[in-house]
Amino acid sequence: MALTNQEIARYSRHLILPEVGMEGQNKLKDASVLMIGTGGLGAPAALYLAASGIGRIGLVDFDVVDESNLQRQIIHGTKDIGRKKLHSARDSMHDINPYMQIELFEEALESSNAMRVLKDYDIVLDGTDNFPTRYLTNAACVLSGKPNVYGSIFRFEGQSTVFATKDGPCYRCLYPEPPPPGLVPSCAEGGVMGVLPGMIGIVQATETVKLILGAGNPLIGRLLLYDALGMKFRELKIRKDPNCPICGPNRTITELIDYHQFCGIPSTPAAPPPASSEVEPLVVKQWLNDGRKFTFIDVREPHEYQIARIEGTQLVPLGDVPKRLGEFDKNAEIVVHCKSGMRSAKAQKAMQEAGFTNVLNMKGGILAWSDKVDPTIPKY
Amino acid sequence: MAKILIPTPLRQFAGGNDTVDVTGATVGEALTALTTAHPDLRKNLYNDAGALRSFVNVYLNDEDIRYLSKEATPMGDGDTISIVPSIAGGR
Ligand SMILES: [Zn+2]
Repeated sequence: MALTNQEIARYSRHLILPEVGMEGQNKLKDASVLMIGTGGLGAPAALYLAASGIGRIGLVDFDVVDESNLQRQIIHGTKDIGRKKLHSARDSMHDINPYMQIELFEEALESSNAMRVLKDYDIVLDGTDNFPTRYLTNAACVLSGKPNVYGSIFRFEGQSTVFATKDGPCYRCLYPEPPPPGLVPSCAEGGVMGVLPGMIGIVQATETVKLILGAGNPLIGRLLLYDALGMKFRELKIRKDPNCPICGPNRTITELIDYHQFCGIPSTPAAPPPASSEVEPLVVKQWLNDGRKFTFIDVREPHEYQIARIEGTQLVPLGDVPKRLGEFDKNAEIVVHCKSGMRSAKAQKAMQEAGFTNVLNMKGGILAWSDKVDPTIPKY
Repeated sequence: MAKILIPTPLRQFAGGNDTVDVTGATVGEALTALTTAHPDLRKNLYNDAGALRSFVNVYLNDEDIRYLSKEATPMGDGDTISIVPSIAGGR
């Protein structure tokens, strides 16, 4: 499709670049990109890809904008809190560029829908936040022969590369297997510097535009590492693994598998813990009011304790629990809590295994305490 | 003397250090020196069978040691070993 006069005016800074020109801008207009996720990585990437003049962009997300997203997900604004991310992202992109098509997929990418969702796109941009979806995205890209522009982040560090091009390596060539669940904390647990996904998402957008233009030296077979604290970029080689089960010459995987299972995460959620091992925040509050004798342990980190804490607790970060067990009476009544109840469940398990007989996990952690007992406690 | 770069997720197991200086003739010896100095790192780098975990890649300079001689890869003064674990964050 030829560019209109309005589009020629809009893209003039591209058109006067010999590497882009009319031909390149037409390629961008004819191109389609599927973005998995409109969060930290997807937000900046989607804004720039929309501005660049990509003709058609698909967005896959099922989340709703939360206040805690706005520290980094700049495609969404304060007015969008509570809206579907898909709608908020679409509006921001169309505000920048009304001359493009945006298609919305309000669903989680799963083995059952991935091939259908990917089908009508040229390039996939992986902006997800979990191992199962990353392995699934990679597999769907390899099986359908579409490049996978990859980025991932953790606290102050990011990685980016382009997987699944014709002769290039794939995600499983780089990392044959995911870490077992629980070993690597997520952004929600581990935190992330707000501008970090901006840097990595824009590397992904850059590579996407380059792939479409066929310009420059793509980030294929190279893993770009970014360290925001050190402000250092490094580059490592990624080889195509001749034994890769999905992109190697003797591949054994020819269709999508259950990537939750592959990542050690049961597809059906685990049975809830027995009610007798949990205690409601309101009950704990009553015990405190009654002057009941029990030990109240907060297993979060010291910097979290500075943000918000419950009066009467004693701080023992989860990592220190094993070596500090001697400080406590094995038969005393003990209540453990953390932010939302996951880490305290681990602490509870460790204490029970060490012979503690009466350890209760406070349900929902300090977040639930803020909701149900004391709204002056800030949620973070 | 070679330098091992410790990634953010593992720094808490390496006394908070982002780099650790080690000596050794091979990458394996360097990693052993590292985990001897920081024993908490061992379970994050190796599985119960003592093999490097498959979601942790080790590079000598910019090359993946899986495509060199793995842990027997010889190394020398001034080399840099990078430990690069799989991370998945993105939202
Ligand atoms: Zn592969």
